[in-house]
Amino acid sequence: MIAALDRKLLRDLWRVRSMGLTIAVVVASGIALLIASLICFDSLETTRSRYYARNEFGDVFANAKRVPRWVAGSLDELPGVEKVDTRVVAGVTLDVPGSTEPVNGRLISLPDSGRPVLNDVTLRSGRFPDPGRAEEALVNERFAQGHGLALGDQVFAVINGRRQGLEIVGTVLSPEYVYAIAGGDLLPDPKRFGVFWMARRHLATAFDMEGGFNDISLSLAEGASAQPAIAELDTLLEPYGGLGAIPRAQQISHWYLQNELTGLRGMALLMPMIFLGIAAFLLNVVLRRLVAVQREQIAVLKAIGYSNLRLGLHYVQWAVVVSVLGGVLGIALGALMSAGMLNLYMEYFRFPDLIMRWSWGHILAALLACGAASVLGAYAAVKSVVKLPPAEAMRPALPDTFRVSLLERLGLRRWLTQPLRMVLRNLSRRPARAAMSVVGIAFSAAIMVMASAAMDSFEELMQLQFNVVQRQDVTVTFFEPEGRAAYYELASVPGVLEVEPLNGVSARLRNGHRNRQVGIQALQPDARLQRVVGADYQPVQLDRAGLILSRKLADVLGVEPGDTLRVEALQGTRPEQDMVVSATVDDLMGVSAYLEPDALRRFLSDTATLSGAALGIDPAARESVYAALKGMPVVAGVALQHAMMENFETFVAENVNNQLAVNLLFAMAIAFGVIYNTARISLSERSRELASMRVMGFTRAEIGVVLFGELAILTAAAIPVGLALGYSMLAGMVAAYETELFRMPLVAEPGTFAWSSAAVAVAMGLSALVVRHKLNRLDLVEVLKTRE
Amino acid sequence: MNGNGSQANGAPAVSMRGVTKVYQMGEVEVHALRGISLDFEEGGFTVLLGPSGSGKSTLLNILGGLDVPTAGQVVYRGQDLTEADEGELTRYRRRRVGFVFQFYNLIPSLSARENVELVTEISDDPLPAQEALDIVGLADRSSHFPSQMSGGEQQRVAIARAIAKRPDILLCDEPTGALDISTGITVLEAIERVNREYGATTAIITHNAAISTIADRVISLADGRISRQRVNETRAAASTIEW
Repeated sequence: MIAALDRKLLRDLWRVRSMGLTIAVVVASGIALLIASLICFDSLETTRSRYYARNEFGDVFANAKRVPRWVAGSLDELPGVEKVDTRVVAGVTLDVPGSTEPVNGRLISLPDSGRPVLNDVTLRSGRFPDPGRAEEALVNERFAQGHGLALGDQVFAVINGRRQGLEIVGTVLSPEYVYAIAGGDLLPDPKRFGVFWMARRHLATAFDMEGGFNDISLSLAEGASAQPAIAELDTLLEPYGGLGAIPRAQQISHWYLQNELTGLRGMALLMPMIFLGIAAFLLNVVLRRLVAVQREQIAVLKAIGYSNLRLGLHYVQWAVVVSVLGGVLGIALGALMSAGMLNLYMEYFRFPDLIMRWSWGHILAALLACGAASVLGAYAAVKSVVKLPPAEAMRPALPDTFRVSLLERLGLRRWLTQPLRMVLRNLSRRPARAAMSVVGIAFSAAIMVMASAAMDSFEELMQLQFNVVQRQDVTVTFFEPEGRAAYYELASVPGVLEVEPLNGVSARLRNGHRNRQVGIQALQPDARLQRVVGADYQPVQLDRAGLILSRKLADVLGVEPGDTLRVEALQGTRPEQDMVVSATVDDLMGVSAYLEPDALRRFLSDTATLSGAALGIDPAARESVYAALKGMPVVAGVALQHAMMENFETFVAENVNNQLAVNLLFAMAIAFGVIYNTARISLSERSRELASMRVMGFTRAEIGVVLFGELAILTAAAIPVGLALGYSMLAGMVAAYETELFRMPLVAEPGTFAWSSAAVAVAMGLSALVVRHKLNRLDLVEVLKTRE
Repeated sequence: MNGNGSQANGAPAVSMRGVTKVYQMGEVEVHALRGISLDFEEGGFTVLLGPSGSGKSTLLNILGGLDVPTAGQVVYRGQDLTEADEGELTRYRRRRVGFVFQFYNLIPSLSARENVELVTEISDDPLPAQEALDIVGLADRSSHFPSQMSGGEQQRVAIARAIAKRPDILLCDEPTGALDISTGITVLEAIERVNREYGATTAIITHNAAISTIADRVISLADGRISRQRVNETRAAASTIEW
């Protein structure tokens, strides 16, 4: 048996169902984002930790030039170390049948017997290589898929100038390459970065590593800190060309994955709060209006003995029903979204199996959030219900008090028609409500600006990096620092139009206890292809006096121009020297230190510093240039500008548009929810005066001005606020994503602002259309017979 | 039927023939008007009397172009209102009709003067707003908002608003219904003055028989039909009414 008051609740809800529904949709959007982020976060984290545990992913990673095998024994002695794995790892250029372009490959040794102690691979198809067969190799699954390689297919690695065939006997996944990205890239490119595992003895032979290794992974005992092990490992490896050990947190695949998880956690907090806050505001407005309309009913109910508590609860229930409806909808939608998002994640982050995780805790969190929004939204209405004395409520409410609005007092009055004055005065009578409506609508614009401008920033990063900083067609890196001969060899390749030497050295920069291992690059003062350019598009002038640091690097090291750093080269005789930081540059990719070429040469006592070259090539001769590069023994890696651009464009096409569409939907839910409810409340509050005007002979269009003029003003006020808010949210996001691997420039194109504004205007138009339908059905006679 | 009112000049402003109005209320048909035929003379002052449900409001609404009859014909100066579409009815109300309501229906966000200007802004040849307020004796209250005025004052603003467009027809629906006697009389005096000085064909509906003495003609309605009509030989002044 439903209590009479509950029946009233149901009927009230049904009567204003469209308003309830639009609010429920706003709640649902917020809860969907909450649930989707929570499920994705938990699933990815669980999947990751199980994978890492099962495959013994290392805690510390290091590489060196060549370490004799006997050193391995002392690695066990390092503080906190549990397991040690040493390998031979080499970067090579690959020649993949069907692809003329050189592909960057990494060859990793597998123990001649048994499985790797750390960083074990998971076989997806085929079998492990036979240690007796030099040509057999495993390949990472995504590369095989990218090139359509099947078991038994061959690719060729260029090892010391010789083409060596690698026969694929199995495809694998590796915890080290969950996000298989080549150093210096922004996105993983499955076609241009392949990882191969092959028997150690053959790999060692090919790279003169017999009796030694060049790659070390350590796992630590539970609770052990990485820092002491890293410090001692660095000391231990120094005589063998150690390049500095890194903790797991800096391992590149792990870093990207962690970055994504952190982003998900941020999204799980911030976005639902925005949506639920707006829903609470809408509930507040609608319920307050409901209480105003039902003033006399409330008085009667009180008069016949219903308690304040019961009546207060009645209106809280209204809010709870709406937001729980939204919550349930949001939970279902969030679960669906999480499946879609996880699928997308699995495209870029490769795990052997995905462990979907959801918990009652997520649902409880969602429902609690809904409950909080309802109570917050119902609070003011309930307060007015409780405060209403029954005797007074039986009498009609006092007429609304109005006054001349500020704009009119400022002298605008005589320009305004009466309907426009009505609009302005109505807005200025409830400034808080108008302000909240503006904020609500503004958030919808802001969400669109943020989503779309994130893309603008990303595109700007690409544009700056590939059209301004690196204008070469091809970047070649060498295994070892080379002399001038390598430069001339490149210059003599037919089809190579320009060669710019890239001089650099790997070095450790120290400021007290802070240190970073980075590349010091020496750029030619007259460089045309590879330049140092800040986010302000200003090429940086290299200074004879000192080092120029990426601003991010300066921040990490805690130095400013004028400060001194201890610089230790990590090659040759490892010279050390104090250098003054002369300037910082707001570059966007990686972190580097830059030095004038002569200064670098002096620092390294004239040893070879040519680490690579930037090439401008004749597009017609592309294939022959690629073939020549593949055959050069000194070449360790070849990066193709056009491939990076294409990969980026594919990424945009595959993901960004979807993401924009989802954001657009959510933003529209907010915009429509706010504008539609504002219009409906306004219509309810003013139907009497609008009907009076119709009776007096105003046309529908003319009374439309009164109702929609208000919406138009609120929307027009909200758009610039929203654009500014979106821009500052973007700034926050850009700041949050300011990492040592890349920084996003803070850019929003005019188009982003234009289409975000347009979307909000469309939401307003739609709301106006729906409400106009109601306005047209205004019962003139009925409205006039009743007093408010 | 000829009204003998002081302002009547013989030709009807509005002529109703066989006007019937049936409302569908759920499953019940309500016959609000059952074949009313009635002429409203130019400049005449008519009082429509009747209890609740007698059909007087329906009659007024049809007369004012707010509603259309189910059957029958309503002609305003040769224009058949029963054939008029939504837009034509709006124009009819806009140009020809002034309404005064029981609950005033002022726009709370506009001052007295602005409420009047609301109408003068959309009229072809209106009275100046200040003059309209002057006629109802509220010239000095023009900048007050409805919430700052008494019921009688609000109703007089409503009358000023109704007459400012120089309506051909002035329709008043229980204009004194929410007012006490002395305030009611002030309001009726204002209506009377408008009828006399501006020649607007005036109709008041009321269930208060005392008001009928100020009219040229009194039509009593009961159950959707005209039950009685009476012509006053002389119109009493509003100030003499007692109820």
